[in-house]
Amino acid sequence: MTHSPLPIARRLLGAAAMAALLVGSAPASAATPKDTLVIAWAIDDIITMDPAESFEISAGEIMGNTYDRLIRFDVSDPSKLLGDTAKTWTVSPDGKTYSFELKDGLKFASGNPLTAEDVAFSLQRAVILDKTPAFILTQFGFTKDNVKDRIRQTGRLTLQIETDKAYAPTFVLNCLTANVAAIVDKKLVLSKEQNNDLGYGWLKTNYAGSGPLKIREWRANEILALERNDNYYGDKSKLPRVIYRHVKEAATQRLLLEKGDIDIARNLTPQDLAALASSKDIKTTSTPKGTVYYFSLNQKNPTLAKPEVREAMKWLVDYAAIGDTLIKNIGVVHQNFLPVGLLGASTENPYKLDVEKAKALLAKAGVPNGFKVTIDMRTVQPVQGITEAFQQTAKRAGIEVEIIPGDGKQTLTKYRARSHEMYIGQWGADYWDPHTNADTFARNPDNADDAKSKPLAWRNAWAIPELTKKTDAAVLERDAVKRKAMYEEIQAEFRKTSPFVMLYQQTEVAAFRSDVQGLKLGPTSDTTYMFKVSKL
Amino acid sequence: MNGPRTLDPAEQSPTAGRAGDRLLRAGDVIGRFLLVILLTYLGLLAVTFFIGRVIPIDPVLAIVGDRAPEHVIARVREELGLNKPLWEQFYIYVTKVLQGDFGNSVLTSNPVMQDIRRAFPATIELATLGTIIGAGLGVPLGVWAAVRRGGLADQFVRVMGLIGYSVPIFWLGLMALVVFYARLGWVGGPGRIDIVYEYTLKSVTGLLLLDTAMAGEWQAFGNALSHLILPAALLGYFSLAYISRMTRSFMLNELGQEYVVAARAKGLSETRIIWRHALRNAMVPLVTVIALSYAGLLEGSVLTETVFAWPGLGLYITNSLQNADMNAVLGGTIVVGSVFIGLNLLSDLLYRLLDPRTRDR
Repeated sequence: MTHSPLPIARRLLGAAAMAALLVGSAPASAATPKDTLVIAWAIDDIITMDPAESFEISAGEIMGNTYDRLIRFDVSDPSKLLGDTAKTWTVSPDGKTYSFELKDGLKFASGNPLTAEDVAFSLQRAVILDKTPAFILTQFGFTKDNVKDRIRQTGRLTLQIETDKAYAPTFVLNCLTANVAAIVDKKLVLSKEQNNDLGYGWLKTNYAGSGPLKIREWRANEILALERNDNYYGDKSKLPRVIYRHVKEAATQRLLLEKGDIDIARNLTPQDLAALASSKDIKTTSTPKGTVYYFSLNQKNPTLAKPEVREAMKWLVDYAAIGDTLIKNIGVVHQNFLPVGLLGASTENPYKLDVEKAKALLAKAGVPNGFKVTIDMRTVQPVQGITEAFQQTAKRAGIEVEIIPGDGKQTLTKYRARSHEMYIGQWGADYWDPHTNADTFARNPDNADDAKSKPLAWRNAWAIPELTKKTDAAVLERDAVKRKAMYEEIQAEFRKTSPFVMLYQQTEVAAFRSDVQGLKLGPTSDTTYMFKVSKL
Repeated sequence: MNGPRTLDPAEQSPTAGRAGDRLLRAGDVIGRFLLVILLTYLGLLAVTFFIGRVIPIDPVLAIVGDRAPEHVIARVREELGLNKPLWEQFYIYVTKVLQGDFGNSVLTSNPVMQDIRRAFPATIELATLGTIIGAGLGVPLGVWAAVRRGGLADQFVRVMGLIGYSVPIFWLGLMALVVFYARLGWVGGPGRIDIVYEYTLKSVTGLLLLDTAMAGEWQAFGNALSHLILPAALLGYFSLAYISRMTRSFMLNELGQEYVVAARAKGLSETRIIWRHALRNAMVPLVTVIALSYAGLLEGSVLTETVFAWPGLGLYITNSLQNADMNAVLGGTIVVGSVFIGLNLLSDLLYRLLDPRTRDR
């Protein structure tokens, strides 16, 4: 049977021609434009542009670049506070009233003037809307009913904030540097108000700020475009445009960076970073972040509730190996709940892998042959690697760890319902003050199942009335030196008795093209300032 | 009075009877068709809805996050209507859908259809080009393999099919990126278009090839095409593996029929027999295969979209599912279901067009 190959050949030729055409239309140059900074980052956690609602990490950075607040802290020395829109501030002798005087001549990106009226409005709005981050302000006693009296404008450029107790001034002022205290354009926001929502529906996807960059467009899970705000009071943004591209896959980010299609990659893995170390075109920068990782033991489980078992677990983690391999470049072993950089942080790391010691403790607890336990784990690295490593070392003491893998939200749901046995998780500082972590690790006012607040200590059913009192006292201590000592004491006790096996503090790393200048990652999500970055 | 008014065909005049007959039958068919569609949608929604409510993810968590105080969580839960019994929630949802309200995404607070309207065109472009490649190359390849049975083409098709079924698409995608983008620089990188065009391009339909062509921006068109070609080729490859095997199978079936022997005996050229007769007959079931393959791509390939940073429907639905954003997942389900139903309908119509035997019955 013969047949002419012509029709087939014709078709394939056509296909080849099409391929040639496409090759010809490939981009001539792959570099990013000189006036635009392009950053690849997984930004699918952003759900809102409203600073009164925004709390996720990526959103935090956007807010930090686009909205001003009363004060910020100095990124190179977080114990120093700098006036942002505030020129000066004082604390009353009784420690409950804070008075601020604003700089004059400030304007929003819209052109509207920025006065104390906008500042008071923004803070009140955050309290009234009462979204997730509002607790940072409401913890000072503000409620929907009293906030208009407690946070009041006293002059065109002056306002006063009255707290319910005499808290440590550093605590209050540090909370005012948070994103929830960002200043929004009252006139603009109220002009878009619907159904008395204080502009909430509009601001969710729009911009009303005064920061060095303004939000031009946000396409969820695709791209976020920022532009220079020429009305900014300080040094204008070095580059006119900053674009965040949502790229979920680390390998894809790496390829884009190597080709120069992006300037900065934020989610590279330790392997990627090691491979890029030898590249001439790519550099890296890193900063310790206020996020700590830990294992936790649910105290509802009778075996895990035994104090000797709690301690034994801390001796069964191979911190050295984890530090050298699994978290290399992305974390530092840290066995305390206060991240380094916060007042009162401790760098005491007394635990190391000691199987014999653990075995002895287990024998004392009455379980010399070990026991079975499950751990809920998110299927991401390095969490997965660390859990598997722990499974290995725990086995040597007779503890059989069964890993229950799950998706992030799935494991979190189980954790918050206290239905886990062991859990591996992380906690990032909400604001730059030690109370943010002490409040969740070392404070549990109500251990009942229907408690109104559910800090991490509650999630693990750790009943600590005495420690809670100490934590409450520390936040009211106005002397910084004394306060520091109090947190060190709390952490010492925590290290010994808590059901938390603290593992490491996160280091954030970014890789960037060598023509990018001035990139410095901040300790919190909102202190990475892209407006200070330039390109050669 | 039982005159012409009666519906009994036997009692009506002959001509009116046949017209009435046809009308009845047509009404019957359309009615049955609509009923099937309605039940399909309802079933789809019900299954997805109840799965969504049963999965162990708290939808409120995605909205308010881990730090929210309890009263905020309770308030949001109330606002979303999550405290109502399951049946009531489903009933409320269905009644809203029937009025055209697909709800808001709990994550972005945008109307779900608005979000999907942004994500879907990206998937349409990818799926369409992928199917064109898959069918455009797959059918001739399959024909060749059937004609030269046991020959080189046949082995080639078999191996290609095997690779297509065994190699993970995300690995192949990354490798393709490394070779064609990173090393050779022949194609554009992950993403739909270069950042440069971000500020100059006006998005009308969301289909970048169409938008740039309509605006006459040919450089942007070329750029969009260079970004599209690699992921489309990847999806096309997997389509091709499947379509070529099916084509081969259908063609072998046709070439073994008696009419082919008769045609040869009559002296028709081999080319004519293969392409004008055998393939035309094989096209009938093949059209369904291609249509379903297209539909499969239209529901979004989340792995390809992840590797190529392609903001399509697959990523959208998957992300929504991982956050228990059920309004978005249900909206996506409706869209995907509609696509399948639509393409099934289309292939049925094409079936009738291509196969003269199904025409006047």
